Amino acid sequence: MSATTTDRSAARRARASASGAPSTAVAPKPMARALGITALIVATVYFLAPVFWVFVASTKNNRDLTSTFGFWFGEWNLGTNYESLMAWTQGMFWHWVGNSVFYSLTAGVIGTLFAVMAGYAIAKFAFPGKKIAVGVIMAGLLMPVALLTVPLYLEFHTLGLVDTAWAIIIPSAVSPFGVFLGMVYAQNSVPTELLEAARIDGAGESRIFFTIVLRLLGPAMVTIFLFIFVATWNNFLLPLLMVSSQDLKPVTLGLFGMMSYFAPNKGAVMLGALLGVIPLIALFFSLQRYWRSGLAAGAVKG
Amino acid sequence: MTGWVFMLPFAVLFILVFLIPIIVSVRSSLFAQQPAGEGLYGGGELVDTFVGFDNFALAIGSSSFWRGMGRVVLYAAVQIPTMIIAALVLALLLDSFIVRRPAFFRLASFLPFAIPGIIAAMIWLYLYTPEVSPFMQYLPDGVDLMAPGTVLLSMGNMTTWTYTGYNMLIFLAALQAVPGELYEAARLDGANGWQIATKVKIPLVRGAALLAVLLSIIGTIQLFNEPVIMESANPWMGKDFTPMMLTYNSLLGAISPSGSGIASAYSLLMAFIAGILAIGYALLQRRKGDAA
Repeated sequence: MSATTTDRSAARRARASASGAPSTAVAPKPMARALGITALIVATVYFLAPVFWVFVASTKNNRDLTSTFGFWFGEWNLGTNYESLMAWTQGMFWHWVGNSVFYSLTAGVIGTLFAVMAGYAIAKFAFPGKKIAVGVIMAGLLMPVALLTVPLYLEFHTLGLVDTAWAIIIPSAVSPFGVFLGMVYAQNSVPTELLEAARIDGAGESRIFFTIVLRLLGPAMVTIFLFIFVATWNNFLLPLLMVSSQDLKPVTLGLFGMMSYFAPNKGAVMLGALLGVIPLIALFFSLQRYWRSGLAAGAVKG
Repeated sequence: MTGWVFMLPFAVLFILVFLIPIIVSVRSSLFAQQPAGEGLYGGGELVDTFVGFDNFALAIGSSSFWRGMGRVVLYAAVQIPTMIIAALVLALLLDSFIVRRPAFFRLASFLPFAIPGIIAAMIWLYLYTPEVSPFMQYLPDGVDLMAPGTVLLSMGNMTTWTYTGYNMLIFLAALQAVPGELYEAARLDGANGWQIATKVKIPLVRGAALLAVLLSIIGTIQLFNEPVIMESANPWMGKDFTPMMLTYNSLLGAISPSGSGIASAYSLLMAFIAGILAIGYALLQRRKGDAA
């Protein structure tokens, strides 16, 4: 319910504001409007200036970084910075980015599938222990995850999983938030009559799930995938504890090591930071409407 | 029973990643890694020895744990209200038809959330470093953003920068789910824009605010990325600046007492404190809600 209502009311408002005559909301007075616009511009500069600075800094050498105006370009050293980034990371930089893509993608796909399966089960089936399962998963939503990381390390150490890709993928693939979202979507957008009709037609449960339900849950799946993907890419403590081989490092860990063990060319570090987040930002902007529906579900239900 | 079949894959991973670690940490907190004692000076290989609640006694008696906890709580007390109020104001502005195209502003404020915390901290570390920073030269002389008195504020700024847009979107989503008729009715009753914002809109996003604050409290207790980066440039901060840093470095043996026993005890103690703070805040809000 929440997601569709939000979309509809957002669309209605978008129309209202496009015509320039908001009928339902309050048309602000000129003074209020000027203040509001000023505040928004100040906030936007605050949010964007560091990002722009990273872009500028990644083209500068250390001398220009200290001597030229910070928010504009100096001598163009992007090529040199790229070379020193590669040299300092011993050619591992793109390998690390590749690792981040691999971990985030795998955790995202597995985590999304498992989360919607669980959400669907909770929304559409009665089974023994369901109330307990729901309670435990919802408690997991508020669990301080970093605090689990140390015992998780001890557990994975016993299992012999430390310093393998699994040590990053398995913990990242478990998303109580994904189950919550899957449950809300399944309740609202999978009609029980449709399931019953399919059962009467003789379709098995797994066939119903994979051919009908997954299609209906598409938007929820994109949202859950995004949340897991970004959380995996951004995680730092987990790979810091779990992974020590250069070969297995995600880009966040690689950049941290590069920065903390050398006194490097700062422009090169900023170039690394920039290149390490570009894939994420691209994904982020191309799928931004799914973010909003995911947050809306959390906001309205919470 | 079909329900369980669909539930099973998630349940298995959940048990592996959430439930077993809790059991492991409880077990591990009751053991210490002590030298077997066959060496000349009582050295020898480290063995797990049952020590009962000794680790908890050590953790509770540890002044560096409580100093770190004090820093984190002070940090939360300033940073969370600042961020939540900023997010709420931005959401109200974007919901009020002040700008024609809120999409641009929405994206701009959400962009920092797409940047991994550790990379954001690296960026801000350089922005705070006088020789490299594009703005430090315009600040009054003697301003040091990484000195003992200011480093908490500087880290608070990093978190505010990263998460304000995220919280703003939560508020905006809650605001946009409100039926427009409600505002029309308020308008007809003679309410002006300010009154609609304070008397209608803000009470309506109370649930979202509660969620945002709870998640922020839980996030702050585990503060790790920002102080680790700041410490890499400012060794005076020490390896125990926040409880999470203390836990990590105890596990690694960079701090004495060390080992998985004491690290587990710290983790459990932090989870306990986070739980108390979160429940306390939720109860406080509920009582306020009833009174209003």
